[in-house]
Amino acid sequence: MMAKWLIDISYFVVAVLFILGLKAMASPVSARKGILWAGAGMVLATVVTFLTPGMQNFAYIIVALALGGGVAWWSGKIVKMTDMPQMVAIYNGMGGGAAAAIAALEFSRGHVTGPVVTTLATLGALIGAVSFSGSCIAWAKLQGVMQKAHRLPAQNMVNLVLAVVTIGFGVVIVVGGHPSPMHIIAFFVLALVLGAVLTLPIGGADMPVVISLFNAFTGLAVGFEGYVLGNPALIIAGIVVGAAGTLLTQLMAKAMNRPLTNILFQPITGEAQAGGAIAGSMKEVSGLDAAAMMRYAQKVIVVPGYGMAVAGAQHKVWEMAQLLEKEGVEVKFAIHPVAGRMPGHMNVLLAEAGVPYDKIFDLEEINAEFPLADVALVIGANDVVNPVARTDKSSPIYGMPILDADKAQNVIVIKRGKGAGYSGIENALFYEDNCRMLYGSAQQAIADVITNVKSMAS
Amino acid sequence: MEGFSAIYIFMLAAFTGYEVIARVPVILHTPLMSGSNFVHGVVLVGAMVALGNADPNDPLQLAIGFVAVVLGAANAAGGYVVTERMLAMFKRDDRKEAAK
Repeated sequence: MMAKWLIDISYFVVAVLFILGLKAMASPVSARKGILWAGAGMVLATVVTFLTPGMQNFAYIIVALALGGGVAWWSGKIVKMTDMPQMVAIYNGMGGGAAAAIAALEFSRGHVTGPVVTTLATLGALIGAVSFSGSCIAWAKLQGVMQKAHRLPAQNMVNLVLAVVTIGFGVVIVVGGHPSPMHIIAFFVLALVLGAVLTLPIGGADMPVVISLFNAFTGLAVGFEGYVLGNPALIIAGIVVGAAGTLLTQLMAKAMNRPLTNILFQPITGEAQAGGAIAGSMKEVSGLDAAAMMRYAQKVIVVPGYGMAVAGAQHKVWEMAQLLEKEGVEVKFAIHPVAGRMPGHMNVLLAEAGVPYDKIFDLEEINAEFPLADVALVIGANDVVNPVARTDKSSPIYGMPILDADKAQNVIVIKRGKGAGYSGIENALFYEDNCRMLYGSAQQAIADVITNVKSMAS
Repeated sequence: MEGFSAIYIFMLAAFTGYEVIARVPVILHTPLMSGSNFVHGVVLVGAMVALGNADPNDPLQLAIGFVAVVLGAANAAGGYVVTERMLAMFKRDDRKEAAK
């Protein structure tokens, strides 16, 4: 009795800690406290759960805890900052898988009875399994294990049929009452396939939004399984995350100006692009000339993209910025909402390189300043500075807010080769009269510029 | 838990989740997604209870429960480490945000 009371009180405290933690994480001032509170809640929840009356199999529980927790802790510690998005995806998928496995276990124990419990258990299993397999695909794509977007013929039709069949199996489980093991296995297999098939055609550029959506999914699945188990900590944490994750997904989709339905059902592909070829030619510039343009500029705005991050050039870029500042040049960093692989990802990467926050500006803050800048230096960014987003209605990225780098007096673009961007769309900026291309990896190109700037030191 | 009071809890929790992050700056989108990913790692607790109640003589139940706890623990531990590392970058930001 005493244990029961202690557990109830503790779960209540856990729920409060989670909500306060999330609230704190929504503001930069308190964000670090937030994760500590939520972490304390998690430890408390885990510890008191050992006191649950009637528990057995402690050896298995402890081994599984050490195994899963240990491997994840270690992998989370060593992962590079650029690879964070896929790590979030895979941990999230595991949560969804755990929720689905709980449902499977409760079904096989025969403990799922009554229409409400059965419905929620089935729904949670479906959402959790979709989130699991979908997140695994998202991870594989961002990690580069799976390079291409695979699109089946009549993809949307396949999705629809698969979804209907899966839900049909679910309804039979709920209405039928006592499903056979084969029936349940078929249901889980279908749900896993559905998650994979839904995610396969989605291109890497849209993946952050999809990961966020799966995050909300997992939250819901956890909440539903919490009801099945009669566990309030799971219900509250799961549903709060489900709602918060849904809102976050909407905010991200809005930042990219891509409605969620387009992301899921009309993925951006290179071939989808209509419109004529772009007139003009790309003009190359040497590291020396690029250095001179910036060294004698009043104001330089750096537009970093994911290409800079994968090249690991952010430290070099900051070194260059400091050199230029020593020569009296004003240097600012302009960040597109979806620069990097997720909103906010680029801020994290620049912060890691030591760039102070007061030099980093959002799209709304900086766009008016581009016409006043002598040089806009675009490093490994492409779609987010493509002016066709403003002008060409036939372009798949039409309407996406972009950084107005093309309005600067001069634009220098550092780029590996002449290929198109991540979405496969030609960039009109590269053909503008005021634009110069500096070919090479971001590392080399910036190193070259640094050497030349040093040689011009006053 | 009584069926109807659970529906109230669902509803209130959903509003809470929505309100809690209604006004979040873009720079925090990624850390916050990661943070909420960590919070649903509490599924670990459910997995522990499920495995704890599994029939010790049924290998299938034990296997499913074991997998559930491994996955749940990975969600919680990995989610925490990754979020903590991202938010550690925000140290310098404190003064500027306070001044705003």
